[in-house]
Amino acid sequence: MIELIDTYWLFFLVGQYPNGPLGGLSLTLILASLGLVLALPLGLLLGIARVSPFAALRWPVTAVIFVVRGTPLLMVVFWAYFSLPVLTGHKTDQFTTMLVALVVFDAVYLAEIVRAGIKSLPAGQMECARSLGLSWLGAMRLVVLPQALRHMLPSLVNQFVSTIKETSLGYIIGLTEVSFIAAQINTQVFTMPMQVYLILGLTYFTLCFGLSRFAYWLDRRFNRGASIRVAA
Amino acid sequence: MLPNRAARQSCMPDFDPALVLAGPYHDLLVSGLKLSLQLLAITFVLSLPLATIVALLRLSPLRALRWFGCAYVESIRNVPLLAHMLFWYFGAPELYPESVKHWLYAMNIEAISAVIALTLYTSAFMSEDIRSGIRAVPAVQFEAGRAMGFGFLATMRLVILPQATRVTVPPLISQTLNLWKGTSIATVIGVSELMYQAAQVESASFRSFEAFVFATLAYLSVSLLITGAASWYQHRYPVRPT
Repeated sequence: MIELIDTYWLFFLVGQYPNGPLGGLSLTLILASLGLVLALPLGLLLGIARVSPFAALRWPVTAVIFVVRGTPLLMVVFWAYFSLPVLTGHKTDQFTTMLVALVVFDAVYLAEIVRAGIKSLPAGQMECARSLGLSWLGAMRLVVLPQALRHMLPSLVNQFVSTIKETSLGYIIGLTEVSFIAAQINTQVFTMPMQVYLILGLTYFTLCFGLSRFAYWLDRRFNRGASIRVAA
Repeated sequence: MLPNRAARQSCMPDFDPALVLAGPYHDLLVSGLKLSLQLLAITFVLSLPLATIVALLRLSPLRALRWFGCAYVESIRNVPLLAHMLFWYFGAPELYPESVKHWLYAMNIEAISAVIALTLYTSAFMSEDIRSGIRAVPAVQFEAGRAMGFGFLATMRLVILPQATRVTVPPLISQTLNLWKGTSIATVIGVSELMYQAAQVESASFRSFEAFVFATLAYLSVSLLITGAASWYQHRYPVRPT
């Protein structure tokens, strides 16, 4: 097992980079971070639309959120894989495909976190701001969101953990993230599938367990038990 | 505009639902849906007792058992389901004794590996829901049970679990929804469930749109049923104030 790590650690971490495209664990992390960062603004908009008083905005967004939450991520990835080239007119690489699927999928889950964060504030906050003469959007931006976002911080870190786990689906469309690299190493070594996949599991575990402990710490530090919970 | 139109014409001819509503492609997709539902049912039946055992381990008075339960949950929850599937399909079988291996290869080894991975994964999440449901029952209930002379297990079975059920079932149903979506990942190790068959139909007929619409609608309808069950239960059996 030591020999295995010794031979393949660099391939595992960066793929074929500098002699080829970046891959491995670093690609997983880049994909997950980029996915979450791009999904945030979209999730915020969807979440606000979900609690807005305008029914024409609320209903379609609720429907979209419901549909995406009821479909497996793999289905979203397949849709992105086959419809992006049709929509844009030229070939889309695996990274962009996976990124688009992750952004759509994460935005919907973030929207639920945002919604729960807003709902966790007492309604009096919004009523107060409105009676002081702020518009609905102004009250949302200046009064409700700054407080709600603080409550959401631990959930956001947990969502990042989910996103890291979700990037593993890139394997199916041939994206060279860490699971795909592990499968490649397995084919090259051939005699130690057990060890290769154990190392893959340990890598994910170290990353995700550390981050969820961090989320737990944030939760204790900022919210003192009054945090929000969203069913995954 | 030109490449755009060309791509449009080659990839998406007129939408033809008849293709997936009858005939060989329809049969493939329906057989996939059946296998997906079987995976869902078998995994659900297996993970519920396992999750209860793990939740009880985490609440037991013995430190070693608590630690073991915690290690189980954390080590499984923090690894993606796809990595679990790869491990149980490619990695683990070499460790099994010869007789088990022969039996596995004679059976459907892909589906069995998928069920093992799904069961372990789902039970880790479900055990957390069961645990928090049990903890929602006030501690005095447990103390009263013990004071009446019941043992740890008897108190759990007769006093705590019946009350915890009302709190626990809605999140458990939502985990079942996650399990349903998780069955799609079994495609990776070649289980011929719905997602796999949709991809097969797509590559055989180049009718990606029809095949994926069928699969998406099938996934959505089952998800809708599961979500409906959750809200029915919450309405029918609300949590009683204690």
